[in-house]
Amino acid sequence: MKQAKHPFEFVAASYLIRIRPERAWTLAELAQHLQAVSAASVLYHTFQSLESHNYTTFSNDFAQWALAACNESVLAEELSAIDLRDIAAVEELRKVLTGTLERYLKQHPQAGDRPAFEPFYFCEAVETVVHLASRAFTLEELAEGIRQMSLHTLHHHFINARLRPKLQASDFSNWIEDSLGLPELAKRLDRIDFYTNTLEGVRKEILQALDTWTR
Amino acid sequence: MDSLTNRPTTPELAPVTPHLDDYAAVVGPAEIHELRELAFRLSGRCIKMVNSTAVGGGVAEILNRLVPLLNELGVPTQWDVLKGGNEFFAVTKAFHNALHGETCECRPEWFDLFLAVNEENRRHMGFDEDFIVIHDPQPLALVHAREGRNNHWIWRCHIDLSRPNATVWNFLRPWVEKYDAALFSAPAFTHSLPIPQYLFYPAIDPLSDKNRELPPEFVQSVLERFGIDPKRPILTQISRFDRLKDPVGVIQAYQRVRKYFDCQLVLAGGGATDDPEGDVVLREVEEAAQADPDIHILNLPPWSHLEINALQRASTIVIQKSLREGFGLTVAEALLKKKPVVASAVGGIPTQIIHKVTGVLAHSVEGTAYQIRFLLSNPAFARQLGENGHEHVKENFLLTHNIRRYLLLFLNLSQP
Repeated sequence: MKQAKHPFEFVAASYLIRIRPERAWTLAELAQHLQAVSAASVLYHTFQSLESHNYTTFSNDFAQWALAACNESVLAEELSAIDLRDIAAVEELRKVLTGTLERYLKQHPQAGDRPAFEPFYFCEAVETVVHLASRAFTLEELAEGIRQMSLHTLHHHFINARLRPKLQASDFSNWIEDSLGLPELAKRLDRIDFYTNTLEGVRKEILQALDTWTR
Repeated sequence: MDSLTNRPTTPELAPVTPHLDDYAAVVGPAEIHELRELAFRLSGRCIKMVNSTAVGGGVAEILNRLVPLLNELGVPTQWDVLKGGNEFFAVTKAFHNALHGETCECRPEWFDLFLAVNEENRRHMGFDEDFIVIHDPQPLALVHAREGRNNHWIWRCHIDLSRPNATVWNFLRPWVEKYDAALFSAPAFTHSLPIPQYLFYPAIDPLSDKNRELPPEFVQSVLERFGIDPKRPILTQISRFDRLKDPVGVIQAYQRVRKYFDCQLVLAGGGATDDPEGDVVLREVEEAAQADPDIHILNLPPWSHLEINALQRASTIVIQKSLREGFGLTVAEALLKKKPVVASAVGGIPTQIIHKVTGVLAHSVEGTAYQIRFLLSNPAFARQLGENGHEHVKENFLLTHNIRRYLLLFLNLSQP
């Protein structure tokens, strides 16, 4: 069984949701606030919303609001098509979001000032990370840790990790490649689609991939 | 009116006080382990929760379970109840309705009474804990006690403040601004305030008497006791007898459904010590029912959790036709039991009911009646809504989520 040089360190991640003062009643206001709102808020409405999108049509809050409150289904599709896996920094994500909105509003100027059914409330997540005593030196130990962790923590390691500086992959694949020297397995984990899966489904796919490798 | 008679006693119904580890069966052991890790980082800190009633209503129910579990986690937590007479609670009920957007012809002496009762309580309560959490407006002015103290004060607002009566809100607002943070059940309830505001969903306890699994024989026996026919569809609204819960509107919706379906209506609820209007509303409901033998109006005492649980489990459809709502925990209770729910799109209800995914939203008597008929005609769809609703509650609105949010808040406020 291959032993890592450096262990994978498990954490427990939790999120407190802070409600910000900015509210958008129109798409034009949404575009305007998006340029100035905190980075934490941009993250919350895109990365964090992946934790609970199982029941909504689109996986980010901006797309969901464009559809449900503004009845702009084309814009909603365009916003939801922004793939977080292609983005390495929150400012880049902000640019892509505002660019998509501005382009749409240029083509459909009448949509900009039409009042929404309900406002968009900007929020942001305040993350608390607690380092746990448990560590993994092997794939088996990593799998056991993933099996035991809460969904908040899985989200932290597998989805939010992609926006940490210089890390466009999950914590798991990063460790598998760097510490275990298994780039193919790392790539396989990064291909898991967290858009079309629930977090439980993502957990299952990660464990299946690890299981195939260790068998 | 039906009355509550003695409950059959079986070992399965013996009172239980769930401990933290018991919740692992519902939310998974990792969730409980992480709560312990968070709580460990708060060791040495203590909490006080203050509200205005020990029994009746959603806040008392939350505190009844939240407080013992925080203590079990090693975070000493005390719960104090504001003392006030009928006159005070009549004033705070008027304030409550006004904050929900009702008109209010407030008299100047009401504000004086509000402050006097808060001041009287302030003199008798201790406030030496590290975190003081004040629930709802009744004890709001206790924050006066923070002068000269170095602890953290948090206001937990359980009501929908999106359209408050200006007079009452302008009176209360300066008190709110003295707190370190305010907690709301939905972003729409917040106001422009100079203090941080956080999103705190209320929560239900899946292991409490109101929500735990029940033997089918007990559910059957409850129906028999109240004369409800288990063979015909049962529509149920569980709520205090309060105009904002629109029990008369529920009767009107039922009367429309009756033209198409041979069904029964159960309106079950009780009073809270801080709600003096209950008896008046109960009489209005009885009058609206016009002695229809298929309308069961059950004025239950506050300890009827098992009966409420049984009534929800026996229901074909659960209704929550509120005109205003803080959050509407009865919706989460019904969803946890996989019941299809027809509810008004007010307050925190749309957070729980995603229309046609986890339940159905309505905006009027007519709409409520139509949606009930639709679900009675499409039982497979109704079942699917119940299944989705169950998962939605399990992921978002359980007591363990609430504990996690409080622990996180205390940890964040402790940081310099």
